[in-house]
Amino acid sequence: MNKYTLAVTVDNRPGVLTRIASLFRRRGYNIDSLSVGTTHDSSVSRMTIVVDGDRNVVEQLTKQLYKLVEVIKVVEVDAAESVQRELALIKIKAEPGDRADIAQMVNVFRARVVDISKNTLIVEVTGNARKIDAIQEALAPFGILEMVRTGRVAIQRGGK
Amino acid sequence: MSIIKGAEALLMCLEAEGVDTIFGYPGGVALPIYDALFSSKIRHILTRHEQGAAHAADAYARASGKVGVCLATSGPGAANLVTGIATANMDSVPMVAITAQVTTSMLGRDAFQEIDITGVTLPITKHSYLLERAEDIPRVIHEAFHIAKTNRPGPVVVDIPKDVSDQLFEFEGPCWEMDLRGYRVMKGFNSGQVVTAAKMINEAERPLLYVGGGVISADASDEVRQLSHRRQIPVTATLMGKGAFPEHHHLSLGMPGMHGTRYANYAIGECDVLIALGVRFDDRVTGRIAGFAPRAKIIHVDIDAAEIGKNVAVNVPIVGNVKEVVAALLERVEEKQELTEWHETIERWKDEYPLRYGASGEGRIMPQHIIECISELTDGNAIITTEVGQHQMWAAQYYKSKHPRTFLSSSGMGTMGYGFPAAIGAKVARPDLPVIDIAGDGSIQMNIQELGTAVEQKLPVIVCILNNKFLGMVRQWQSLFYGGRYSYTDISSQPDFVKLAEAYGAVGMRVTDSSEVEPALKAALAVTDRPVFIDFVTEREANVYPMVAPGDSIANMFGGDDI
Repeated sequence: MNKYTLAVTVDNRPGVLTRIASLFRRRGYNIDSLSVGTTHDSSVSRMTIVVDGDRNVVEQLTKQLYKLVEVIKVVEVDAAESVQRELALIKIKAEPGDRADIAQMVNVFRARVVDISKNTLIVEVTGNARKIDAIQEALAPFGILEMVRTGRVAIQRGGK
Repeated sequence: MSIIKGAEALLMCLEAEGVDTIFGYPGGVALPIYDALFSSKIRHILTRHEQGAAHAADAYARASGKVGVCLATSGPGAANLVTGIATANMDSVPMVAITAQVTTSMLGRDAFQEIDITGVTLPITKHSYLLERAEDIPRVIHEAFHIAKTNRPGPVVVDIPKDVSDQLFEFEGPCWEMDLRGYRVMKGFNSGQVVTAAKMINEAERPLLYVGGGVISADASDEVRQLSHRRQIPVTATLMGKGAFPEHHHLSLGMPGMHGTRYANYAIGECDVLIALGVRFDDRVTGRIAGFAPRAKIIHVDIDAAEIGKNVAVNVPIVGNVKEVVAALLERVEEKQELTEWHETIERWKDEYPLRYGASGEGRIMPQHIIECISELTDGNAIITTEVGQHQMWAAQYYKSKHPRTFLSSSGMGTMGYGFPAAIGAKVARPDLPVIDIAGDGSIQMNIQELGTAVEQKLPVIVCILNNKFLGMVRQWQSLFYGGRYSYTDISSQPDFVKLAEAYGAVGMRVTDSSEVEPALKAALAVTDRPVFIDFVTEREANVYPMVAPGDSIANMFGGDDI
């Protein structure tokens, strides 16, 4: 099974997300991640959906999505020809003695520390899925207290 | 411009869409709509259960080609439409279901008779709307009808809160504008694929047409007939496609699949080009996929791109309107009238493996015999509706359909209780034709309350109950696959259908001998002002044959040889 990224442009109306989620559930497609947001045009929303499957699954899913009245456009986003990002917030234990090591790690990943308390800090990191997996692994020895990750967002490069 | 209530605007918009009949049932929050109906030109038919209203609207649509409309109140009223909406959805029937809803301020508070009907029907509708203000009624009604009837047809739910139907607003007349960026009516098709398909058909030695409901909803029967006649191509029609090609014609092979004819299934197995028009390769047709048309290149024409390649991989996919695509094929398919070895083979199969059943005799009526009698008496000039089960398959096998839109059956959903309310809807749509519901004693009891509707409306629909006092199809499977353990399928405890019909003011008859079958049907056809129930006491354990075991290849048919 591979992962495919679909950029789906939909009418910005109540109920659209339910329709799409219902379609995935009913036809048995596997959502790896889903993120929704508005765009420069407030009447449309854009969803980035990452699905597990093969080529046939993606083709059938694309056709099924187009059958929904509120779906305007479905584009398969190729990893090599697009910019794909996720964002993660990671709260870690930060004893005074560890802070220098953590800061170094954060710099290597070009992440940022966005909150500091007496013995914790929160790291914000943006990147592709692999980078986020890597920083998670690197920070794990300090003790991850809490972590949240967005779904993937993607946009095609160049004139497409 | 005038200031009117949302409900009044709703009815004016429905009239503008050409609606002349609504099947419905009133209730609390539907009161404003019913008040507006009271002074409307639209005919309202009060069914005795909302499910009856949904099936009647569905059959009205199937028989007329127009959009069927049903109406129910919130909560249980809307919930009772659900089976009917699902039935219409599975068979791609254009329908608009209007449901009343609790006031917008009460939404989400578990108000009395509140149900999230747009949520409940989400996976079984083509689209749905929950209105929030009366100003949207004109646009939404036009969109609902447009979506229901264009492309692949289907049901649309419009849910209208009571305060919206009560709201006074400035009504500027029906709206013809739509706000549907994501929905485009399918136009044109890939003409290169049509050239490829035509070449394939011209070069085929053993071509076969496999036609379905899409041919009927696209009104493409004439084009299909021309294509068949152009090169003497045999035709097998699915349950949904019944009537798309005249079944008394020598090129007709009847129905394919689980209870199809042997010659249709053998032809699918041997053909070298299969021309699939407006079909969805349903599992009841294909059996085991690997055994389906193993020697054929497949051309698949369908208006729904998602149907292409969904169940079966095809060689030449063409997404488009079947009527337009077949017309384009006709410009390129060459004439060939001489009969070939292929036709001889098919004729031989027809001779060797005809549909057959045991003879009726004294005190013994074979159910198939009743259907053959109906077929001969009406000569295909009637509308047949069916319930679901053995009688439905016998009707498909033995009733020879002549015209599209005259055989109405819940094919995809398999809804018991469809046939009787469907007969009511069909009779309203086509009062000029006799309408006969072929029923079983189990199915008829699922919507038998509609006797009240048919009597009130003076509709002479004929219900032929093939009464074996069993839930026959399930009993047949128990007999074949579950060691004869008839678990809860004996329904000998049942009402006297003759007295029941009479109690409602309908005509009731009972037939217990084969010699009475034809006279009873003739007498029923002569009734003009009320429904007729005929209780045919049939052979109890007759089976539907031939058949393909579930999951097996359609080449492996069994049963019916020893009769």
